Amino acid sequence: MLVIGGGIAGQAVCEQLDGHACAITLVCGEPHLPYDRVNLGRLLKGAEPANVEDLLLRPATWYADRGIEVHLETWIEQLDPERRLATTHSGTEIPFDYAVLCTGSTALVPPLANVAAPGVHVFRDPGDCAEILAAAQTADRAAVIGGGLLGLEAAHAIASRGVPTTVVHLMDRLMERQLDPDAAALLAPAMEELGVEVLLERRTQGLLVNPDGHVGGLAFADGGRLDADLVVVAIGIRPHVDLARASGLAVNRGVVVDDRLISSHPRVLAVGECAEHRGVVHGIVAPIREQAAVAAATISGHSAAYAGSIPSAKLKVMGVELFAAGEPDADHAVALRNAETGAYRKLVIRDGRVTGAILMGDTRGADLLLDRIRTRAPVEDPLALLAEASQASAEDLPDSAQVCNCNGVCKGTIVAAIRAGGLGSTQEVVAVTRAGAGCGSCKPVVSELLAIERGGAGEEPAYLCPCRKLTREQVAGRVRADGLESVSEIAQACGAGRDCGACKPGLAYLVSEICGNRHREERHARFINDRVHANIQNDGTFSVVPRMRGGVTSADELRRIADVVDKYEIPMVKVTGGQRIDLLGVPKEQLPAIWEELGMPSGHAYAKAVRTVKTCVGTDFCRFGLGNSIALGIELETAMEGLYTPHKVKSAVTGCPRNCAEAYVKDIGLVAVEGGWEIYVGGAAGSTVRKGDRLTTVASPEAAKRVALAFLQHYRESAEYLERTYTYIERVGIDAVRAAVLGEGQAELIERYGIAKAAADPDPWRERHHPATPKQFEELDTEAMLVGPPAGAAR
Amino acid sequence: MSLLEQSVTWLAIGRAQDIPPLEGRSVQVGERRVAVFRLPDGWAAIDHVCPHAGGPLADGMVSDACVTCPLHAQRFSLITGERQDGAGPGVRVHAVRERDGVLELRVL
Ligand code: SRM
Ligand SMILES: Cc1cc2nc3c(=O)[nH]c(=O)nc-3n(C[C@H](O)[C@H](O)[C@H](O)COP(=O)(O)OP(=O)(O)OC[C@H]3O[C@@H](n4cnc5c(N)ncnc54)[C@H](O)[C@@H]3O)c2cc1C
Ligand code: SF4
Ligand code: FES
Repeated sequence: MLVIGGGIAGQAVCEQLDGHACAITLVCGEPHLPYDRVNLGRLLKGAEPANVEDLLLRPATWYADRGIEVHLETWIEQLDPERRLATTHSGTEIPFDYAVLCTGSTALVPPLANVAAPGVHVFRDPGDCAEILAAAQTADRAAVIGGGLLGLEAAHAIASRGVPTTVVHLMDRLMERQLDPDAAALLAPAMEELGVEVLLERRTQGLLVNPDGHVGGLAFADGGRLDADLVVVAIGIRPHVDLARASGLAVNRGVVVDDRLISSHPRVLAVGECAEHRGVVHGIVAPIREQAAVAAATISGHSAAYAGSIPSAKLKVMGVELFAAGEPDADHAVALRNAETGAYRKLVIRDGRVTGAILMGDTRGADLLLDRIRTRAPVEDPLALLAEASQASAEDLPDSAQVCNCNGVCKGTIVAAIRAGGLGSTQEVVAVTRAGAGCGSCKPVVSELLAIERGGAGEEPAYLCPCRKLTREQVAGRVRADGLESVSEIAQACGAGRDCGACKPGLAYLVSEICGNRHREERHARFINDRVHANIQNDGTFSVVPRMRGGVTSADELRRIADVVDKYEIPMVKVTGGQRIDLLGVPKEQLPAIWEELGMPSGHAYAKAVRTVKTCVGTDFCRFGLGNSIALGIELETAMEGLYTPHKVKSAVTGCPRNCAEAYVKDIGLVAVEGGWEIYVGGAAGSTVRKGDRLTTVASPEAAKRVALAFLQHYRESAEYLERTYTYIERVGIDAVRAAVLGEGQAELIERYGIAKAAADPDPWRERHHPATPKQFEELDTEAMLVGPPAGAAR
Repeated sequence: MSLLEQSVTWLAIGRAQDIPPLEGRSVQVGERRVAVFRLPDGWAAIDHVCPHAGGPLADGMVSDACVTCPLHAQRFSLITGERQDGAGPGVRVHAVRERDGVLELRVL
């Protein structure tokens, strides 16, 4: 068996042939194992975009285990069906009984003027993503040619990187192939909401270039133009058929195949975007699974027939709920519009059967409707079906219903897997069934099915040690019962931390918290940051962030910082978002000397601990000030600093509700109001933005500090490891937190906090004088600068 | 001592006491930087530079005879050098032993 092309189709064929007794050779033109092209967008999104390895459909071991012979970066140049011989670009000959063409397609690039100019990209493979990402760093304006699924996804990704982006579309509406005019009319404003400008009915005639040859914009047929120094062409695909044509196979737009997926030669089949079946070339993944199954059956001598697929699409643009399947319009259709939510839900009916659906703004019931379309179910009352769909829960789906369209997994398969494997969490189900491992839009349904199977019981708890399936509660129980004092004692007692070790920092935190910091510290259980008290950088150097309480500093401190920067030639000095100063790019060996010369304590910027308390100028200087935010901020930071926490804790104290210190969006935020202080908790303005809940309002700064400390200790004792306050509070609810922190428990919380604080090392940077291990800041062959007791007094 | 060991030179690279339990430290040996680890039952040595994006493997956390790179958490076996999820290249493994408190390394 020779599979030519390692895309989703090539992979699907391998998966289908897995188990059949045949030797498989997979030839991939790209330098990667088959990866999930559908999620290529993830290479453009987020603070730390994924890399291709995160998208691999299967790890290398999968192919090895099945004896599948994989050739990467290998191109099949010739195919001789008669001699059953394929020849690679390097001249190697690969014999086969059957060959499956899974050569997919390339991005369609029209012959426009300057279309090859630097700055013009397509969106098809990881290389394109890398280029677009790099270009987006510096681009001033981006234009995406093509207003289909792909173009919109590209435009949104680029816009979300802060580049003003315009989608230029030839037709009078977006996604005309999937949408009717009404739905399209709702989509355009929704995209503009997300910062993507939409230009319709613009025929791009050519690209404009600057003197330096780099693209400068688009020229339209109507004479108009649009400035853009980053252009992405996403107008469609061109099936990869050169090989098929060269080997004499019948080729139209794609490689022509019959219902058994056989091409014009009985020994050659074609699957995926390169295949043309009954005049249709599909550009989505759903049909691929169905085709691969039939192809595998054909090869193994069973009779199976492919009758075509219902095209269905979910737009993978965060913030726009859009699902479309089947035909967008016909003479008989019913549509429901929800005035206040703006949702639009439509069913298309042909001779008594549902043949299409468009769900915009509210995609509930998508799977049910897709199933009705697939099974060509007759409907008497379309409106009733729409209503049913919006009520539809996963329970109502027939077992045949395909829940995951990317990986072609039906409800029945998922339910069976949950029962057979006793699966307890959505992750597990996704891992086992691969439902939700594609574009992910079906994960909610997967979770719902799991919940039903578990009789409504919530998902299995987050495990502190997933390898041994031990929760924080369970481990804590052992620690208390057996009086355990270190991570190795925990490992001995219950095995937690023995296997992958990823949970060791969590265990270290747990034991330190329970023992009120009178535990036995083991550095091997700490992440490198907590071994050298600095944050590791992408190049292996570290960053140094000294404590600067309340963001207040002095000429003397700044002078010392300046001297250190000069003396050690520190490549980057930066004012951080936390109101202090970061020295970046410091080699490990220099840390002790630098700390010594700074003469400032650690800011714990590297640890899961209290980071900063930002302040505003408050009553001391501000004409609106209602409270002394600087004084209280410094006092609060002094009181909270130096303790490990489940995740980092950031705080702010602000002098009035104008909130210049951003206290509403901090883990702990204090806001001065007439006659007192408001205390906000669970705020965030990072990857998640959440306004904190007002815990309470108190009269005095002392009371405010007490509540803050009580909350901090409650969070230290009750949150899961690596659970920020905003997720913790979302989980347990603010009322539970109020009860714990404001109730009679408050005094004990503050007392326990005091005990832990008393035993905590206020400044780990003092280890420069007494290293915890012989070469704490050194390699075997390097010497740290200035380790050992300070000149004069010891500590 | 096996023939293999006799047949090549072992380099003294440092003091055993300088590497705490389940931690690693790196050392330059000719062209390559090698990471040496103290395991509960002996020593292990692999290339120091992570094949993924050059992370310093000696700074990684050690458990179950594997090290986890501090930069993007990929795990490598300290015995075979293989990347645990199989999704990418592994690292070279080298021979290391302790002789009266001195660590000796043989690059393989
Ligand atoms: C240095 C700094 C950026 C800057 O130059 O301003 C920074 C740098 C990093 N942030 Fe940050 N964050 C910095 C302020 C912030 C802020 C603003 C603030 O603190 O007021 C936020 C939003 C507030 C919040 O946290 O909710 C912020 C939200 C994040 C997040 C997202 C957390 C979340 O759950 O949303 C991460 C990733 C994480 O923690 O998992 C992160 C992680 C990181 C890390 C530690 C990534 C890492 O693990 O290496 C960066 C370390 C860079 C380095 O090598 O030193 N950083 N980071 C800021 C240091 C503040 C300080 O003085 O300690
Ligand atoms: C950014 C993006 C987002 C998408 N989102 C969605 C979505 O949300 N939903 C959806 O259903 N679909 C989506 N798609 C479409 C979907 O990804 C494709 O339909 C699917 O990947 C096609 O798979 P394939 O294996 O047929 O073709 P390809 O993925 O193109 O794979 C073909 C492979 O064969 C190789 N090859 C070609 N010729 C040779 C040769 N002669 N020798 C060796 N190797 C060769 C190529 O290098 C390529 O690696 C998206 C596509 C993109 C680019
Ligand atoms: S500093 Fe923060 S925002 Fe900037 S790259 Fe690092 S983690 Fe992302
Ligand atoms: S550098 Fe090692 S995991 Fe990324």
